[in-house]
Amino acid sequence: MINSNLIPDFTLSPRIDQTGAEERALRFTRRSIKKESKINGLKLVLNMIDLTTLEGKDTEGKVKQLCYKAMHLHDALPGLPTVAAVCVYPLFVKTAKKALEGSGIKVASVATAFPGGQAPRDVKIRETKFAVNEGADEVDMVISRGRFHAGEYNYVFDEIAAVKEACGPARLKVILETGELVSFDKIRRASDIAMYAGADFIKTSTGKIQPAATLPVTLIMLEAIRDFYYKTGKKVGMKPAGGISKSKTALHYLVMVKEVLGEGWLTNEWFRFGASSLANDVLMQIAKETTGIYQAANYFSID
Amino acid sequence: MEKTTVKKSSLSVSENGLERKKGKKRLEVLKTYKIYINGQFLRTESGRYYQPVNAAGEKLANVCLCSRKDFRDAVVAARSAFGGWSSRPALNRGQILYRMAEMLEGRKAQFVEELQRQDVSKTKAEKEVLLTVDRLIYYAGWCDKYQQIFSTVNPVSGSYFNFSVPEPTGVVSIIAPQDYPLLGLVSVMAPAIAGGNTCILLASEKKPLCAITLAETLHASDLPPGVVNILTGKLSELIKWFAEHMDVNATVFCENDVETQKMLKEKSALNVKRMIFYDNIKWETEQGQSPYFIFDLQETKTTWHPIENIGFGGGAY
Repeated sequence: MINSNLIPDFTLSPRIDQTGAEERALRFTRRSIKKESKINGLKLVLNMIDLTTLEGKDTEGKVKQLCYKAMHLHDALPGLPTVAAVCVYPLFVKTAKKALEGSGIKVASVATAFPGGQAPRDVKIRETKFAVNEGADEVDMVISRGRFHAGEYNYVFDEIAAVKEACGPARLKVILETGELVSFDKIRRASDIAMYAGADFIKTSTGKIQPAATLPVTLIMLEAIRDFYYKTGKKVGMKPAGGISKSKTALHYLVMVKEVLGEGWLTNEWFRFGASSLANDVLMQIAKETTGIYQAANYFSID
Repeated sequence: MEKTTVKKSSLSVSENGLERKKGKKRLEVLKTYKIYINGQFLRTESGRYYQPVNAAGEKLANVCLCSRKDFRDAVVAARSAFGGWSSRPALNRGQILYRMAEMLEGRKAQFVEELQRQDVSKTKAEKEVLLTVDRLIYYAGWCDKYQQIFSTVNPVSGSYFNFSVPEPTGVVSIIAPQDYPLLGLVSVMAPAIAGGNTCILLASEKKPLCAITLAETLHASDLPPGVVNILTGKLSELIKWFAEHMDVNATVFCENDVETQKMLKEKSALNVKRMIFYDNIKWETEQGQSPYFIFDLQETKTTWHPIENIGFGGGAY
């Protein structure tokens, strides 16, 4: 927990120059990454993925299959890393935990009435505790966007702090749902609130709202992390989620992390991709680089 | 009469430069023929161009010299379009092919002119364009009929109804005939899409103009994006990728070139691609159109369906 003297007035969070941010983000897409550096980058991307299934139609079977995929991404290609974590609803944490036993892959669970977050606080706390008791290593919470828009920053702050407390040893990722925050100024402000309230990660989106993760939005959040680090000396992780399905885009994100935060963040302890279909595209690109032949999706496992 | 003279005098020679001094030739504006991928006219990703030349030594146009990455993008487009296109009602596919013919009919003059610039005589050019329109109509008609011709009900002993039906192969890469810039291209494209496949075509290297103009007419024919993708460029550079790509299910090659055919067969073994060679086909004759061109790009699916067999109970008396 941050010393309360250090907590700033969130209404004074820096304002964002939207055009500037968009232009700057665009430049990260102009780096040329080829051959070995591309393969290494792609392997790093795989190792940073939170393989996710968050659907109403999820079943234990689906979760088990996803866990198997997390451990065996594509056995035809030797030397691949595993993904960082598997992300599921609280009801499936136990199943995932059991399936991933001994693999070193973490289990992340969404909580706090994901994705809407419209529930009383005690319900959210109970859900968080349930997920942690079932064995979740990480908890992905959503902030109360309605309260945030109404200007009740203290409510949002206290809620994050309370969930953080309920997490115990589990790491907390705070989903801002940037698609519903609309303006860049508000995204920056919400990032600041989340970090000062105790977030271990800040995350862009649930994946249920469009637009989800974009480069400019992630840039703003990375800059917030950088400023927070300079002020408090505390590292916070970043997780863009939703809409990142191509390897090329994923590499652009890595370039951005490296140039905004530095190599200290280029590990899955501090940077994650929330994605499901990204893994297969990365695998196809790695296969293309090693064999020289363009690949087809139907030779890779269903995700 | 008077009006025209007035107009003419207003365009005075030197002031606005609309009329030129005798003997001074107007600098011709060469069109850049853009490639057609996913329903969009794009420049090649490689930024390379070439200028095909006709027999008189005239430069025909600036034409994209496509790279393997353009092909890769085209395959992605074709694969994404396949689900929608193959599940459309056959009748609707026929309607769209018919619409292509209509649009082509309206732009006959442009095609004739382009063919002439590419060393085809006027009579032959006119014949080729008309034949092309007719060929589209021909395959438009077959869209909902080849299934009946090529399906079978198979005699089996047992309580089963056993039948075989043709299903589209998938994404087809086609190297169009080099010598028939328009008719050849349409003769291999039409049966592929009539059968529910999506395709990537490589236009004739020396005579690529009609292919791209055709793309412009296709674009106005209700054809969903990605069903037909047309690339231009060097055959020798691109052919390897046409045969190798794991997401391509069949490749059509129309040249009588044993060495290349051998290479294609070897590459196609990677994902057991269907490899089809149409060498020595005279596309302007009856030989150039047949439902078997559709069937070449179909897979036969056989289904066993349990039924009650009245004969098996034995006589009742």
